[in-house]
Amino acid sequence: MEKKKPKKVFVSGAIPPEKIANSIANHQSKTEIGAHSIFLGQIRADEIEGKTVKAINYSAYEEMAEKVFHEIREAAFSRFDMTCAHIYHSLGEVKTGEICLLVFTSSAHRKTAIEACNFLVEEIKAKVPVFGKEIFEDETHQWKVNR
Amino acid sequence: MKIHVKYFGQVAEAVGKTEEVLDLEKGTNLQDFKTRQVRAYRIPDPHSVQIAVNQDLMEEKDLEEGDEIAFLPPFAGG
Repeated sequence: MEKKKPKKVFVSGAIPPEKIANSIANHQSKTEIGAHSIFLGQIRADEIEGKTVKAINYSAYEEMAEKVFHEIREAAFSRFDMTCAHIYHSLGEVKTGEICLLVFTSSAHRKTAIEACNFLVEEIKAKVPVFGKEIFEDETHQWKVNR
Repeated sequence: MKIHVKYFGQVAEAVGKTEEVLDLEKGTNLQDFKTRQVRAYRIPDPHSVQIAVNQDLMEEKDLEEGDEIAFLPPFAGG
């Protein structure tokens, strides 16, 4: 069963746009799917006290994070009638404008795909031990907190 | 008893290391241990720091030999 298999979530550096295109292509053989919902997190060039963020360096408590990702994914499957769900998150440095989170849900119908995708994104932001160091253009930094 | 302690994000920055092995008195309480580390390393904003024991978030526990204690600052995934 695909949904029982723990999957590797973390990727080193930014998530390349090709990975997103490949994810779409990989589902073309699954013709029971009628809707995909895709969330992409992108690094924003926040300006804080006159300094501009140029990148975020992500780190994580990896063993716990992989476990929590798996639990969140299982919770989504028990709550929503999804065909499949894929999550990728960056570790290491991701520059502004690049993608750091990909959540991809598929279902027979759009509402389920969209709601499941929202559920996964909110759960990931609240529960996964990932930490983000916002690097400014002058190489100083501050630590990001999810709101 | 020996426990394995891990520090992440701004906590690791304040502590100056990412992990250490400590020898504690048997049955040390988790909150007492957190308070001790916060004081010893002057960990900033301790109320925002969550603790995981063996990869589960916990507030109360009597620590045991071999436990893995992680100091987790606010999450920032996504």
